[in-house]
Amino acid sequence: MPAPSMDLLRFATAGSVDDGKSTLIGRLLLDSKAIFEDQLEAVEATSLSRGYDYTDLALLTDGLRSEREQGITIDVAYRYFATPNRKFIIADTPGHVQYTRNMVTGASTADLGLVLVDARQGLTEQSRRHAVILSLLRVPHLVLCVNKMDLVDYSQERFDEIHKEFTSFATKLVIPDLTIVPISALKGDNVVTRSAHMDWYDGPSLLHHLENIHVASDRDLVDTRFPVQYVIRPKSDQYHDYRGYAGRVAGGILKPGDDVLVLPSGMTSKISEIDLFGQDLAEAFPPMSVTVRLEDDVDVSRGDMICRPQNAPSPSQDIDAMVCWMATTPLQPRQKLAIKHTTRMARALVKDVQYRLDVNSLHRDLETKELGLNEIGRVQLRTTIPLLCDPYEKNRTTGSFILLDEATGVTVGAGMINSSS
Amino acid sequence: MTVHADYRLSQLDELEAESIHIFREVAAEFEKPVLMFSGGKDSIVMMRLAEKAFFPAKIPFPVLQVDTGYDFPEVLSCRDSWVSRLGVRLVVASVEDAIASGVVVDDGKTSRNRLQIGTLLNAIEEGGFTALFGGGRRDEEKARAKERVYSHRDEFGQWDPKMQRPELWSLYNGRIHAGEHMRIFPLSNWTELDIWHYLGQEEVEIPGIYFSHQRRVFERDGMLLTESEHNPMRGDETAQERTVRFRTVGDLTLTGCVESGADTIPAIIDEISIARLTERGATRGDDRFSEAAMEDRKREGYF
Repeated sequence: MPAPSMDLLRFATAGSVDDGKSTLIGRLLLDSKAIFEDQLEAVEATSLSRGYDYTDLALLTDGLRSEREQGITIDVAYRYFATPNRKFIIADTPGHVQYTRNMVTGASTADLGLVLVDARQGLTEQSRRHAVILSLLRVPHLVLCVNKMDLVDYSQERFDEIHKEFTSFATKLVIPDLTIVPISALKGDNVVTRSAHMDWYDGPSLLHHLENIHVASDRDLVDTRFPVQYVIRPKSDQYHDYRGYAGRVAGGILKPGDDVLVLPSGMTSKISEIDLFGQDLAEAFPPMSVTVRLEDDVDVSRGDMICRPQNAPSPSQDIDAMVCWMATTPLQPRQKLAIKHTTRMARALVKDVQYRLDVNSLHRDLETKELGLNEIGRVQLRTTIPLLCDPYEKNRTTGSFILLDEATGVTVGAGMINSSS
Repeated sequence: MTVHADYRLSQLDELEAESIHIFREVAAEFEKPVLMFSGGKDSIVMMRLAEKAFFPAKIPFPVLQVDTGYDFPEVLSCRDSWVSRLGVRLVVASVEDAIASGVVVDDGKTSRNRLQIGTLLNAIEEGGFTALFGGGRRDEEKARAKERVYSHRDEFGQWDPKMQRPELWSLYNGRIHAGEHMRIFPLSNWTELDIWHYLGQEEVEIPGIYFSHQRRVFERDGMLLTESEHNPMRGDETAQERTVRFRTVGDLTLTGCVESGADTIPAIIDEISIARLTERGATRGDDRFSEAAMEDRKREGYF
């Protein structure tokens, strides 16, 4: 039985209860029937027992005991809903500055970022910060929802003011695709269907936009990058000589017959077959998981990269990157960390913290030579082995890495490689 | 595989690719992984994905089943058929044996579901397993919605939701210390509907009790439970034959069925598309005790 051919959109939201984010998400989930009766009843009962005179839809997403006790969202929550043509994964994160690392986490896998502002207040520090983080993480599409339009009498003038303020702020950011929608999450205006109260707005409803935005072309289909994850050698009678390189395509379109270069060895060969579960594939592209076989018996192992002779990433031990720091003890020069980049593990030495970026004002603080918890800055690293990397702006897979504390094993940082590496 | 002309994958193919990536990553980075395989629908999807991830080689790790002693026979026979077809090694951690050897204490009040925790942790220790694949999905329950794909467990098997490691891009952090282990959830981004669409697409064997059948059942706490020697009826509970199917399969003393005539996967998909209760809320007594029932069990080392 063939499954429906719907595709996938991952989007990230951030914000607090005040700006109506939970109401908006609750409405999308309710209207697409992703919330079940027992879930809604549980939330209604809890709201009532707390003495609220409304159903607090935030309780749907605040899943942990401590979150419900404190009435705040402290972690990334993933929610799912689907319409007939598309499935959506929402990475829902708290918007406060002390949760920058959660916002960065949510944005790292997102195709689209959703920023909410209250029409009465206009842009706040929080909404600016969220837009900055989405831009740093190179989330290709951004939707600004000007919410609570019902409380400003659905005023076009107010919407235009915020529209202008945001677009002028956005010139400092990298936002390839920006859409601004006036909505009322509470009343449902322009959320699922076009609003009857704002005939001056001729754009799509939010859900219509989310359903129709084209995301496949955001992936790099030109520069072939195949990080080898695992070598498959069955050593069985039937597959005695089988040797396949398993991995997930990070860039480009691979086809049998392609000339390839294997890094770091520098050896060249040709792709003989691409297969998955015994099925020969005519081509493979991101984000497919496949097994690549080569014509020649070259030595390839985990951590290697299959690319094209004329189009390869630059192996480098000197990494220049924007790093988001996620540990309570600060990142400082001369610190030694473990680094994971694609399928390679190495060690890294912090050479320099060049500046700290103020995610509210975009100001570069050149004085501070360290990064504290939830701070983002430009950092120079030296690694024990070359990383086969691309600039993050070109490829979010081969341009990203995580930093681990060598003693505790905990993830302490996330990095996006700059083009000067 | 559905490939669109403009290099788009269907969402199910994208989920499959993500899960296969996770299986391969764990096999490459962990010394002793094991796959928790109950014979239920989610773990069957896991087996299928593992089969695909390493084909034409065999799955490079064993599978582990926690046998409550109250499992549905149809589920156990499906488990055995998968294990023999794929030629993987099956490790059974039996709650009965754990009670007999004093690993866990059956006080007559604690559910088998809860006794599974100590049994499982003991089996992990005995096997020296460093990574356990589980079939948990984030759409199942609120505590799961915030759990990582790689979910760290300390040397007591405990989950600490406040100390979770950030998880970015598809860069998973598998660092653990001796005695600790990682729970791995390759189906994190799948929903109940995705599971059924995938089972339909792959046309693989699943236990017959997921499909509509005649069964003698009795009602308890608003759930329909199966008549069984393991689950004596109380007071004025009476059994009668009904047309039912199971949405989840677990300990038969706690897992309810629903009245249903859905006898094919497309019919099941139609049924859950219009369902008004979550699969756990509808048929799992173990999740009903408190708002944080799942979180509490997970903290102690539950799946």
